[in-house]
Amino acid sequence: MIACKDIQFQYHPESPVLSFPDLACSREGKLLLLGNSGCGKTTLLHLMCGLLHPQQGEVEVQGQKISALNGPALDRFRGEQFGIVFQQSHFIQSLSVMENLAIPHFLLGGKFPTSKAKELLGNLGIAHKAHAKPRALSVGEQQRASIARALIHQPSIVLADEPTSALDDASTAAVIGLLEDQCAEAGAALIVVTHDQRLKTRYSNRVELNPGTPQAS
Amino acid sequence: MSWIYLAWRNLGLKKLQTTLSLILLAFGVGMVSLLMLSEKQLSDTFDRNIQDIDLVLGAKGSPLQLILANVYHVDAPTGNIRLVDAQKVIRHPYIEEGIPLAYGDNYRGFRIVGSTAAYLDHYNAALQAGRRIEAPFEVVIGRKVAETTGLKVGDTFFSAHGLQDETDVHTDKTFTVVGVLAESQSVIDQLLHCTIETIWAVHDGHGETVDESDREITAVLLKKRNPLAVLTIPNVIRDSNMQVALPAIEINRLTQNFGIGLNTLRSIAIIIMLISFASIFISVYDNLLARKYEIALLRTMGSGPSGVFLLLLLEGGLLSFGGAALGLVLSRVGLLVLAELVQDKFRYDWGSIGLLPNEWAIFGVAIFVGLIAAAIPGISALKIDISRTLSEK
Repeated sequence: MIACKDIQFQYHPESPVLSFPDLACSREGKLLLLGNSGCGKTTLLHLMCGLLHPQQGEVEVQGQKISALNGPALDRFRGEQFGIVFQQSHFIQSLSVMENLAIPHFLLGGKFPTSKAKELLGNLGIAHKAHAKPRALSVGEQQRASIARALIHQPSIVLADEPTSALDDASTAAVIGLLEDQCAEAGAALIVVTHDQRLKTRYSNRVELNPGTPQAS
Repeated sequence: MSWIYLAWRNLGLKKLQTTLSLILLAFGVGMVSLLMLSEKQLSDTFDRNIQDIDLVLGAKGSPLQLILANVYHVDAPTGNIRLVDAQKVIRHPYIEEGIPLAYGDNYRGFRIVGSTAAYLDHYNAALQAGRRIEAPFEVVIGRKVAETTGLKVGDTFFSAHGLQDETDVHTDKTFTVVGVLAESQSVIDQLLHCTIETIWAVHDGHGETVDESDREITAVLLKKRNPLAVLTIPNVIRDSNMQVALPAIEINRLTQNFGIGLNTLRSIAIIIMLISFASIFISVYDNLLARKYEIALLRTMGSGPSGVFLLLLLEGGLLSFGGAALGLVLSRVGLLVLAELVQDKFRYDWGSIGLLPNEWAIFGVAIFVGLIAAAIPGISALKIDISRTLSEK
């Protein structure tokens, strides 16, 4: 499904070289990337989905080498294969929650499955907010809406960047549970990047990140 | 969902800014278009009324006044001339046709002009109702006169002495309306037309006889046969109380004087348009800065750079299209208001309000510049570092 090998990355020629451990996640698998702030968690996530390109090593998604793609083809590949849940939920503010969910289908082509979107929002407990502006949602509701958006176009991998950092314990459990359930239902692999130790126990497949020194557990 | 819908919604999110840009552009385009329209209407009206009148013969005085009084019927005449003198000019070999005019009375502010049938033919006037004049004291009235006064075929009325007021009414002479003319968009819409003999009869003293050689008229509209007429005729009439004036030259002089004011207005309008483009630029650019994250978001969800660029172009395009369209509507509303205000004083119908070729040009330029104003922030949107933008908290 997704595999990273010998990845090294440098923002600038002067900045330190970040080395990342090799990792792999199978279809419908779950992977937790654990690390403290500044260890390059987000960098790794961006490397995985091709927003950044490694100086060394290779990311392979569904048998496709990310480095072989560029330009609009890469944008499209990323859009199709990945659903991304950001640490802070961002939406197109001028559109309603439902319209925000329609964006992936609009960008990638294909008919927007309205009933599926409703079902998804229902599963996440925010069906009543479908026509509200994202601004009108609470932080927890926004996070759920962004989970719905990450899943609506049936990506093969869901990347979640600190999905729970802004949430309390109860919400954390709820959101991560929903994320796992929905990914399982959609048949998508789930990769969670976090420093949140509360999640540690939930995952057997986890990789701890430390800057500069590859380390797998 | 479509790019245009997204652009529309994004503009809607910033209602105040969007409204400001729209208003500025609408005013700029509206003013330029209003100036174009009124200039066009003015010169059309002037041209329609001049038609083939090459020269106007009348009493000495201001040549512009002579033209305004006898071609457009908006000024007082310069005086009277003797018919016998005028006929010498009309019969001159260089002159093809002369249409004599005699007037001095009005009905409710509309001039009663005595002339020959050639006068109506000159403006291709067609009868809408009734028939042509066959006898003295029969009149054919213009469309505007009929609408304003309510006169119709068969009605009778008294004329008032002078060209404006109705204090001195000739109650002993009754005019009969025998025909109503269809709208001609020219000055005869505003006139009541009768024979010259009728005008004489109204003003002849009671019972006294007037020597035919003393008959007077107000002016003659001349059409030349030979271009040399313009040079020759002034010589022919040098020793009389008459002068000839060229409508084309006098009207040119008049519009040139108007022109100074129009140019100032035009400059102001263009400055407003420039400000509006700056406002569109700021609007799109400001939106871009505020929505950098949204742009990055679109890119992660599968949009190529071209989609994002298109989105910003559409935002600028919608703004400039809306503003320019609003401006053209505004100019027409302005023209209608102006026409209402002007009609009573100037006595001209302003007619049609179709889109002039120049307005299409303004419309096109406005949209084009609006797109350019959006393309500049659009290019910086292409350069947004998605990864860094997403990492910024």
